[in-house]
Amino acid sequence: MTTSTDETVALDVDGMSVDIRTPYGVVRAVDKVTFQARRGETLALLGESGCGKSMTATAVVGLLEPVADVTEGAVRITGESGTTDLRTASARRRRDIAGKELAIVFQDALTALNPVYTVGTQLAEPFRIHRGLSKKAARAEAIELMRRVGIPEPETRVDSYPHQFSGGMRQRLLIAIGVALSPAVLLADEPTTALDVTVQAQIMSLLKDLREERDMAVVLITHDLALVFEQADRVVVMYAGNVVEQGPVEDVFGAPKHPYTAGLLESVPVHAERGAELKSIGGSPPELAAIPAGCVYQDRCPIVRDRCREERPAAREVAPGHLSACHFPAEVNS
Amino acid sequence: MSDAPLLEVRDLTKIFPVRHAGKRKELRALDGVSLDLHRGETLGLVGESGCGKSTLARSLLMLETPDSGSVRFDGVDPTTTKGADLLAFRRRVQMVFQDPFASLNARMSAGDIVSEPWRTHTGLHKTSRDRAARMSELLDLVGLRSSDAGKYPQEFSGGQRQRLGIARALALEPDVIVCDEPVSALDLSVQAQVLNLLNDLQQQLGVAYLFISHDLSVVRHVADRVVVMYLGRIIEQGETESTFERPQHPYTGALLSAAPSLDHERRREQIILSGEIPSPLDPPSGCRFRTRCWKATDVCATALPPLAVDPVDGGHTAECFHPLGSQEQELASSQAG
Repeated sequence: MTTSTDETVALDVDGMSVDIRTPYGVVRAVDKVTFQARRGETLALLGESGCGKSMTATAVVGLLEPVADVTEGAVRITGESGTTDLRTASARRRRDIAGKELAIVFQDALTALNPVYTVGTQLAEPFRIHRGLSKKAARAEAIELMRRVGIPEPETRVDSYPHQFSGGMRQRLLIAIGVALSPAVLLADEPTTALDVTVQAQIMSLLKDLREERDMAVVLITHDLALVFEQADRVVVMYAGNVVEQGPVEDVFGAPKHPYTAGLLESVPVHAERGAELKSIGGSPPELAAIPAGCVYQDRCPIVRDRCREERPAAREVAPGHLSACHFPAEVNS
Repeated sequence: MSDAPLLEVRDLTKIFPVRHAGKRKELRALDGVSLDLHRGETLGLVGESGCGKSTLARSLLMLETPDSGSVRFDGVDPTTTKGADLLAFRRRVQMVFQDPFASLNARMSAGDIVSEPWRTHTGLHKTSRDRAARMSELLDLVGLRSSDAGKYPQEFSGGQRQRLGIARALALEPDVIVCDEPVSALDLSVQAQVLNLLNDLQQQLGVAYLFISHDLSVVRHVADRVVVMYLGRIIEQGETESTFERPQHPYTGALLSAAPSLDHERRREQIILSGEIPSPLDPPSGCRFRTRCWKATDVCATALPPLAVDPVDGGHTAECFHPLGSQEQELASSQAG
């Protein structure tokens, strides 16, 4: 895939690795992850718990815990102020970009919002800091933003505290803060996992509208295959810190070219086989400290060969824009 | 399936007194709930948070005493029993919890966890040799090794822990297991293993499940019949296929439409409800769903809705003045061809 020449690429993660220092030594949580997100599209980072998808997002926004470091690769953001490599950028530049070009929406809205400030104060913050608006003007922007994300009676609710809102409304507030300055890239880390399905549908619909309206690249981090299927344009499948497959959702879900993706898709209960035995993936993912040499999926793979135990497969294009990190992509049958 | 239901719930109401803004109020967690559970079947219980699912489950387990209405288990109302009879009832209805990390005592070994119920129900497996043998059998039955008995919960993965929770529920040879979101904390690939295990155990042992889940594709996969709750009431129930294919209540339709599914067409028209579930402290008059319903009319606010019956499945009913027409049903289930 072309990267640097494509003008619409807003987020370019290029061979990024994250290492965590533990009492038992350094473990690699994210291993040379590469993907791009373009303006106006929803890119899903899909994987099960511990696969490194949230760590990837946290590394991109620069909020890693002190024990974790980005040790190689580049993260480039392209917005109105040009392209910035976040790894080499100065702290001042990073601060400038935070919120304006790059924003994140977290899963747990109750911990992400500050309980001792009114939501109005928190919503006004981006306008105060980046645009230097007066208190009054920023408050007016905050009210407008609350109206935009569908919070009823924003004029009175602006002075309420986070605990006075329902879960769905709190998630709307977080999204409002995320999109306040129309960033080029919005990362959404499991934004609806804690919500009921009817509210999830509202939130996803809101995210989609905002994405179109503000021409953002939305990176949706989730473990929910069905949500990816319905909401995303392209998908990046992660396993044990590695990207194993990526491409357009129709291609990856329609004809998976990595045995892990195929196994995941077969584990979903679908209507056609009610009550029948579900296929499942035997075993469990490897410990981060003991990721085998060769392919990361070798211990659970139904088509594993000797080569897989020796050589880590590189991502190769199997169809236009569809990459698989498997030595034998042609043998994966969905 | 025999004719008489194993578990018969009639007009069950549970009210919690609460103080809200300094005033005493009533929270009607369950308001006139009736359902049957037959031997060996799986009844799916669906609804969003705060709809009363867990209160219903707790009432069936006799962890809550209903304010009115009745629960009959094998013809007997357990609330009228005491002592040995009550203990016998408790043996026959067991539970599998949602969180396999919180529901197992970290200081007990797997073997102790599985055999603990026998310390209360002393009639079963009286000698320690019997118990050890049965414990091994149970571990084996749920797909663990008997050599795992000495391990502690934290040495197991999430899926293995849930297997352990299931083994503990099976230790008393129950007739009914209440499964409260048994797979929602598990990763997808592991979820399939546990669902398969539950299915195998039902085939082998003939145990009935009350299966509580917010994941509609899971419920559709496992349940014979399904019950949909909203704000303390059952608003629709019926055979699983009939309910998913031809939802009658607008809420069921919206729920089906809102739930992401690989069964759906990828770019589809969705029913998106406005607003959120109202507070159970102050439920709407008449039909409880009317504040979010796109079909609501004046009559919905004034009276309790009548039962609408599905023309094909007579047991499939919904509490609604304006049940969905066939076009709306199609939109709700919007299956990919």
